[in-house]
Amino acid sequence: MNLSLDPWVWLAALLTLCIYSFLYKDNPFYKAAEHLFVGLSAGYFLVIYWYNAVYPDMVVPLFKQGKLLCIIPGLLGLFFFFRFIPKVGWVSRWSIAFYIGVGAGMSIPATMQMRILEQMKGTMQPFFSLETWHIFVENPSLASFGALIGIPLMIVGVMCTLSYFFFSREHKGVLGGMSRIGIIFLMIGFGASFGYTVMARISLLIGRVQFLMSDWLGVID
Amino acid sequence: MNLEKLMRIDRRLIFLLIALAVIFPLLFPIGLPTHLSKPVQDTFNAVDSIPPDGPPLMLSIDYDPAAMPELYPMTLAILRHCFSRNIRVLILTLHRAGPGIGEMATTRIAKEYGKKEGEDYVYLGFKPGFGAVILRMGEDIHGAFLTDYYNRPIGEIPMMREIHNYDDIPLVICLSAAAIPELWMMYAGSRYHQTIAAGVTAVSAADYYPFLQTDQLVGLIGGLKGASEYEKLVNELEERLGVDKKRKESLSKEEYEKLQVSHSKASAGMDSQSIAHLVIIAFIVIGNVAYFAQRRKKR
Repeated sequence: MNLSLDPWVWLAALLTLCIYSFLYKDNPFYKAAEHLFVGLSAGYFLVIYWYNAVYPDMVVPLFKQGKLLCIIPGLLGLFFFFRFIPKVGWVSRWSIAFYIGVGAGMSIPATMQMRILEQMKGTMQPFFSLETWHIFVENPSLASFGALIGIPLMIVGVMCTLSYFFFSREHKGVLGGMSRIGIIFLMIGFGASFGYTVMARISLLIGRVQFLMSDWLGVID
Repeated sequence: MNLEKLMRIDRRLIFLLIALAVIFPLLFPIGLPTHLSKPVQDTFNAVDSIPPDGPPLMLSIDYDPAAMPELYPMTLAILRHCFSRNIRVLILTLHRAGPGIGEMATTRIAKEYGKKEGEDYVYLGFKPGFGAVILRMGEDIHGAFLTDYYNRPIGEIPMMREIHNYDDIPLVICLSAAAIPELWMMYAGSRYHQTIAAGVTAVSAADYYPFLQTDQLVGLIGGLKGASEYEKLVNELEERLGVDKKRKESLSKEEYEKLQVSHSKASAGMDSQSIAHLVIIAFIVIGNVAYFAQRRKKR
């Protein structure tokens, strides 16, 4: 055991324990650590934004280099704060309108391209590939079998899942069968996401336990 | 055991068992094998294909301390990979909580490999605006970042003289706990045809698999498991290149062993990960058995 002598490590370790104490039940130690975190984050981000955006991109060009055009984004930014004054709160809508307009203009075509067109292109594959069949016959393995059925499985999955979200007709007959298969694909998708979520949460716990046992207590390397 | 009692099990008992499942393998490592996945190998290959002392890899460190257990080992492993092969790196962050993490990782690994700031790597720091910054860099990186993290004008940095936009960047790797890799694909990938790989937390890994199939991502490192795989690949590479041997010769035994431990931080957590997963699977099975048995009893 090689206990840390660094006061910052001790502070971090005690705050970690304060947060984890919530697992037993809500308590003042947890609340204190939570409030400290919120306050500290707000202050930290304020300083980060000032030094990385407001000061170099507005204060310096406007007041030191005389770039008067910077008044426009500066004013639009200030207008957001008008929401705190009810009488002139409507002015903030100009900034919001500008922000939404620019955001939508930037993201709509890019989202169409990235999420829809590229994904559609990826789905439009030959249902059966002779090449993967030859690979499977020459070297039958789980990997080559996966490559062989990958594309048909994906196409069936897309068609059936989409049919589940087709609401203009009652889900009976062929449509009903397809949508039921679609539900299976959806469930597998949700299951994979849940599995990954569990893995992520355990990883976070491992990270903290490694810190406590290594940096603080020194019981592991 | 009475199944009704099992359904009312105190959740704190579950927390305790999970904690024990994490702590014991850290104290007594089992050494369970981890298998290399294709998306991680592809990311490694994409980095490896960048010529030494040529155009730089762009590494976007877009996460906060909450995601560090998963993404920090990835960051270190990628930087080690680059520096051991003399690949130059351009580092930046689009996340407001990222500047400190980026600086900590970069200075630590650069010092370890004897790399010089401004020549072997440049740390641009943080710029708010996500998509707008990515788009601006497509036109001119010097316009998006006027100075680096240390307030040095970009034009005065030797490495930056040859780098102007994505044409000079063979690969971008975005490490993120949020949807920032999507923004890279949206703005740098779709518009500028930039090659992109991503390192993400396990929570979001499943969402990124469709982008691998369409080649919008050339590689994906998912969670601590992905980090441990990448770490293993870099350790093997360093052995092949003789970097490890040189290190062993130049450092004291204690220093070398300490460094070895820090180079396998993600792998060290994999035993705990596997055991904790087994405990959770057991609870899911027990919970389902108890639920169905109770339902049958009610009928």
